[in-house]
Amino acid sequence: MIGIVFRMLVAMLLGFVLLPVVVACVAAFDARSVIAFPPQNFSWRWFQRALSYEDFQIGFTNSLIVAAIASTLAVVIGGGVAYAIDRYRFRGKAALESLLLAPLAIPHFTIGLGALIVAAQIGQSRDWPVVILTHVVLVLPFVLRSLYVSLKNIDPRLEAAALSLGARPGRVILTVTLPALAPGLAGGWLFAAILSFNEFTASLFVTAQRTQTLPVAMYNYVREYADPSMAAISALYILLTTVVLVIANRFLGLGRILGTEDGRP
Amino acid sequence: MLVAAGFVLAMAAVLQYAVLAHVPGELEPGGFSLSNFREMMKPLYAGVFLDTLRICFLTAVLSLLAAYPLALALVRAKNPYLKSAILIISVTPLFLGEVIRTYAWIIVLGTRGFVNGALSWAGLIQQPLQLMFTETGVLIALVHVTLPVVVIMLAAAISHIDRDLERAAAALGARPLRVFLTVTLPLSMPGIIAGLTTGFAWTFSAFATPQLIGGGRVNMVSNLVYSLGFASFNFPFAAALSVAGLILTAVALAGFRALLRPLNRVATR
Repeated sequence: MIGIVFRMLVAMLLGFVLLPVVVACVAAFDARSVIAFPPQNFSWRWFQRALSYEDFQIGFTNSLIVAAIASTLAVVIGGGVAYAIDRYRFRGKAALESLLLAPLAIPHFTIGLGALIVAAQIGQSRDWPVVILTHVVLVLPFVLRSLYVSLKNIDPRLEAAALSLGARPGRVILTVTLPALAPGLAGGWLFAAILSFNEFTASLFVTAQRTQTLPVAMYNYVREYADPSMAAISALYILLTTVVLVIANRFLGLGRILGTEDGRP
Repeated sequence: MLVAAGFVLAMAAVLQYAVLAHVPGELEPGGFSLSNFREMMKPLYAGVFLDTLRICFLTAVLSLLAAYPLALALVRAKNPYLKSAILIISVTPLFLGEVIRTYAWIIVLGTRGFVNGALSWAGLIQQPLQLMFTETGVLIALVHVTLPVVVIMLAAAISHIDRDLERAAAALGARPLRVFLTVTLPLSMPGIIAGLTTGFAWTFSAFATPQLIGGGRVNMVSNLVYSLGFASFNFPFAAALSVAGLILTAVALAGFRALLRPLNRVATR
């Protein structure tokens, strides 16, 4: 009895999560130029319009560039910091760690506002470096957390064995530590890239017309137009994200990256 | 180092601007002044703070209630395909970004949207329900935005529960509901606290949802900060509001933890 009630509850909640996603996908195929339910004539025209809309094209390219550079920087910096914090003791270690994790607790609009003011003060008005640096600050905490877990899971005996067989420390890092860390680095990079690609609020503060990312371009579109082009681009986005997540789940184990499983039976 | 320095500089700039005077018509701030914080005491702004706190609290509690069954089902599903499906469905929205999710809710809640279309098709309503530009509409969308992260927090906590304790309770004759209430629920208390506090902070950070679904009629601190910055170019006041927001969230979260700590102690004894 309780089992049935619980299953129905879970099904209803999953329905709640899926509802807007499904509704947006259905609306994208409606031929009329104002969204209304129930949908009528089927059409692909909004997909054509969304794909040929210049702001979306520029925003997509900008988002890809920013996400690629910011997440690569975050993994390189995060890798170094996580290794140093995990293996060495040094002054200011706790301070550095809490400083780099702090953006998790600070609203994005505050970080965006701060970045905007600093950029204006040093005369770097809303250009690429500011956008990318803001994204690195925002995704770094997630990269650090995912790398800590991977570092803790490396068997220290492997490194000790390499050292005792005569390998220099640099060689140990290159041939033992880095390969063992590779899945964590890849997972952290992917996670950072997805977060950066989706970041909106801070980007709204620090991007200009030329540097606007896709979420900012979409936000501006929703404010100005009501046609289903936005539903079409949402549908494409949903499709792309689902494919990436299913692949990530298959090869990297989403549950492990997110920490919803702890590996015990 | 550069990243840490940049972050510190940005936060220092916000703190610095918060105590500078705004010169109307000028981008450059004036001298030191606490006028921003006095201005904030006006009912207009104090009201936004109260609204924000209420919305954040309600969203956190509702998200927790909705997330718990999902997290429990996710951790306890035996069929691996079912498990993956629950994980992907409940986590996908996290990776869709606030703009797309908010837009999707506009289509669902709008006057000619899905809910009104379905209800009038079923003959249940004559007049469309007003859901857009209301706090109810904003809450529904915010719960959807906050849900995935609370599911992740809860699932992490539930997956760490030793199942032998539940089996022992069941073997001693406790019914499933009683096992849940006396063993599983108390042991997942750390996840509940983490979920509530994260949900609260996450909602406080939301901007696109109250902006687009609230449409100016439901305002949160984030919306006020943005419009002060980009409509009135009053950056000092925007910075002061951000600082007050940070302090307020910190106090609210500390209050949450203080309230829940005794519960947690009783639960894990």
